[in-house]
Amino acid sequence: MLTLEARAAPSAALSILAPVVAVGLTLAAGYLLFELLGVDGGRALFVFFVRPVQDLYGLGELAVKAAPLILIGVGLALGFRANVWNIGAEGQFALGAVAGGAVALAAHGVEGWWTLPAMIAAGALGGAAWAALPALFRTRFNTNEILTSLMLTYVGVLLLNYLVHGPLKSPDSFNFPESRPFGDLALLPVIVEGTRAHLGVLLAPLAVLGGWFVLARLHLGYQIRVIGLAPRAGAYAGFSQRRIVWATLLGSGALAGLAGVAEVAGPIGQLQPAISPGYGFTAIIVAFLGRLHPVGVFFAGTLIALSYLGGEFVQIELGLPLAVTGVFQGMLLFFVLGCEVLVRYRIRLGGARRAVRGGAT
Amino acid sequence: MDMTAAILATVVTAATPLLLAALGELIVEKSGVLNLGVEGMMLAGAVGGFIAASLTGSLLIALVAAVLAGMAMSLVFAVLVLGLRANQVASGLALVLFGVGLSSLAGQGYVGQSLGAAWRLFPESWREIPFVGPALLAHGPVVYLSIALVPLTVWFLYRTRAGLILRAVGENHDAAHGLGHDVVRTRTLAILWGGALAGLGGAYLSLDYTPMWAENMTAGRGWIALALVVFAAWRPWRLMAGAYLFGGITILQLHAQGAGFGMPSQVLSMLPYLATVAVLVIISSNRSRLSLAAPGSLNKTFHPPA
Amino acid sequence: MTITRRTFTGLAAGTLAAAALGPRAALAAPKVKAGFIYVGPIGDHGWSYQHNAGRLGLMEALGADVATSFVESVSEGADAERVIRQLATTGHDIIFTTSFGYMNPTLKVARQFPKVKFEHCTGFNRAGNVSTYSGRFYEGRHVVGLMAAKMTKTKTLGYVASFPIPEVVRGINAITLAARSIDPEITTKVVWVNEWYDPGKEADAAKALIDQGVDVLFQHTDSPAPVQVAQERGIKTVGQASDMARFGPDAHMTAIIDYWDAYYIERVKAVMDGTWESKDTWGGFAADMVHMAPFNPNLPAEVVSMAEAAVEGITSGKIHPFAGPVVKQGGEVVAKAGETISDEALLSMNYYVEGVQGDLPA
Repeated sequence: MLTLEARAAPSAALSILAPVVAVGLTLAAGYLLFELLGVDGGRALFVFFVRPVQDLYGLGELAVKAAPLILIGVGLALGFRANVWNIGAEGQFALGAVAGGAVALAAHGVEGWWTLPAMIAAGALGGAAWAALPALFRTRFNTNEILTSLMLTYVGVLLLNYLVHGPLKSPDSFNFPESRPFGDLALLPVIVEGTRAHLGVLLAPLAVLGGWFVLARLHLGYQIRVIGLAPRAGAYAGFSQRRIVWATLLGSGALAGLAGVAEVAGPIGQLQPAISPGYGFTAIIVAFLGRLHPVGVFFAGTLIALSYLGGEFVQIELGLPLAVTGVFQGMLLFFVLGCEVLVRYRIRLGGARRAVRGGAT
Repeated sequence: MDMTAAILATVVTAATPLLLAALGELIVEKSGVLNLGVEGMMLAGAVGGFIAASLTGSLLIALVAAVLAGMAMSLVFAVLVLGLRANQVASGLALVLFGVGLSSLAGQGYVGQSLGAAWRLFPESWREIPFVGPALLAHGPVVYLSIALVPLTVWFLYRTRAGLILRAVGENHDAAHGLGHDVVRTRTLAILWGGALAGLGGAYLSLDYTPMWAENMTAGRGWIALALVVFAAWRPWRLMAGAYLFGGITILQLHAQGAGFGMPSQVLSMLPYLATVAVLVIISSNRSRLSLAAPGSLNKTFHPPA
Repeated sequence: MTITRRTFTGLAAGTLAAAALGPRAALAAPKVKAGFIYVGPIGDHGWSYQHNAGRLGLMEALGADVATSFVESVSEGADAERVIRQLATTGHDIIFTTSFGYMNPTLKVARQFPKVKFEHCTGFNRAGNVSTYSGRFYEGRHVVGLMAAKMTKTKTLGYVASFPIPEVVRGINAITLAARSIDPEITTKVVWVNEWYDPGKEADAAKALIDQGVDVLFQHTDSPAPVQVAQERGIKTVGQASDMARFGPDAHMTAIIDYWDAYYIERVKAVMDGTWESKDTWGGFAADMVHMAPFNPNLPAEVVSMAEAAVEGITSGKIHPFAGPVVKQGGEVVAKAGETISDEALLSMNYYVEGVQGDLPA
């Protein structure tokens, strides 16, 4: 029988060790899973985790895939800390792409140095505007933001769909749903030759730094931390719940919108119906996997992105169906989440009585 | 067939998987646990039920298998969040990834198989009864079960001692623990119940609604079910109203299109989501605080005092 | 050819085993490696399922001479370019990109890998090493439109549609024109579900149409759910992409099958022979890219013989489904009697013909 005993403070050493243990367990379980499916387990794990990042191009891809997850994840993490549940980043991502993309299309033919900054601003505003609706409903009508932000996601994606089938459709696309390609001055330039890593990728580390600064240095961050830990204490201290709701929703919406505009002005280069493979939802996992801390989000986003790249390689090189990747990703997350227990608890063998007199384990 | 009856019949079928999954999640959340993995558990139920039906030919066994498949998935979640005290939101989302993958792996050999006619509870002649027949008596047993579960859930929550304990655990787990209630045991049972109903909701899709297995066939219904629990402010009757409202508007917008209603189809497709938001905003603004009446310990990890 | 579930799983297991053994056992090296990228899961029973069936057909036909790999459910966003590039860097000689949204990524990667051949399905831009291909599915829709005119009593046809792109609009127009060539009183009702694949929603749309008096149902979405609904409601329908007869033994008149096997075999052989060149293939019955599934024995003999005659007429070029007169909603004449609509105009079709109810969205 195992018992858990809470630590007085989370163990710093173990917060580094726990992910290592989790990865070890994942490797062991993954090895078994792949062997069970008739594939060389060692080779499969190599293909999954190492092949994607063996060259410069692969590293660039990792950055391209991880950047939106990190951008969105940082914003969500701040909100979640303050118990503001923005589940609708996917819709805010779409609106950011729409707003930024509309600027690019409006600037068609007259682009200048101002185009990209204007697009990026429009993208952030678009995402923030879409998140402002749940914020308004929550503060004005007391409506739970989980439901409204989720429902608005479906609306936002349909809106994007309507626009690329209609008003924003390219005149030369034979009526296929896509906008005209953005002009060169409306595209984020590639920063590492030979890869797809574009200027927008740098937004991710900036967001991490910004998020850390807000949390650690600003009064707003202090309020977020206090309200998250003890809402009543926050109220006694005179913090405005309303203000926190607005700040975190607008902030996370703007970051999701930034991710959206960076995606269409970066690797995609135009507006089209499919712009996100579920970044807004995956970023929720990223936020929690990163323990709602901006630096944690950075690592979690990178890990999740790697697992997607690995999934593609496993399909190509080993002929395993995508379903295997899903199962494997699920296991990876289970282990990482389960191992968190090490950080916050001492695990003791034996019942509670033995634990009392037992020494260190 | 009378148009109103026909629409009503379709609304009932569209609402049933949502209602089942949401009723299960309602109990889970009432116990203070947030399990976002509904979509994954529904898929497990859908594929488990379908495989059992195609192997045994018995719909009863299929339903049992679906319930067990949903419970097995929820057990993984229970071990994580109760046993290892992992974060609930992240564990639930991981469960979705896992469920999508596992179900498509398990169902690989069953894509494109047909089960034949769906199972109807009442004899065909009953459908001749005007209005009521086609609208309400032409369904499979799971539909009636889902409706019966609404008063049963109310009765359980507010009329039984177990229900009282469940609510107490969800409202304040430390106090409930202080009173000698076993928080972990209560929550384990609630999570398993949630898995069972999500599995049943999934099986309704693969055995009755569209009797087949296709990958990812729940197509996001698990998320709608989660939203409906919030919409209902954790109240079973309001949950049923929400599921039927959502299903109803979904069906009506399809009818509006068929009738040549002059509005872009994308805009019409937005209506179920917009209407749900609008109704919730109106309800919550009229009775302040009601919509935020979440169980006090929802999504909080229970640390038993030493 | 219809792949039954048994052979399908058998093949799938074979692929798995081959993939597993491949690296360990030193088999004779295949002459050509072909890569496939799918937009949906191979288990969607629709578009991606049929492309994968084509891949399996290719493997069966060429045996050890060909090796294939595939990646499924690849988003048409930023992921596509990476996956196509990965296929190019891992030694694939020819890469089939099977969704419209892969067009620009395909062209981008093709520029970087001039020696690799690319085949993009349903697009309109080509390059020296990029071919395009698609099926003239509207030929099949002409045939079933004629059949529908004979079978309908309510004179109302229904269409469960996915997204308002030319391909889908063309199908709606093809059945309407064909049906009205027999009975001008026939009209078509359309419901857009704004999904390629959501069995529940497809079923709901089918029910709504039937409740509004539709008695012959068509679909341009991926799942067999509408066929099941037609069966339950006792009306007639037509399967999409693959033979869906077992989902509606009485209702299923026939199906318009996306048949990619022949094309994939031809193109891979061309790579082997060194005769591959960039071209556009838009093939129908004549090119063996579109098949009709077996006609349901419960159909009247005269309907079947009419349908067979139509298939023959289209195959030989005597019948063109978009031969004039073609009149738009509102009365504008697009093609006069004696004219036919050009391929370019067909490819970008964005209007309903007379007889279709409602407005085309966007």
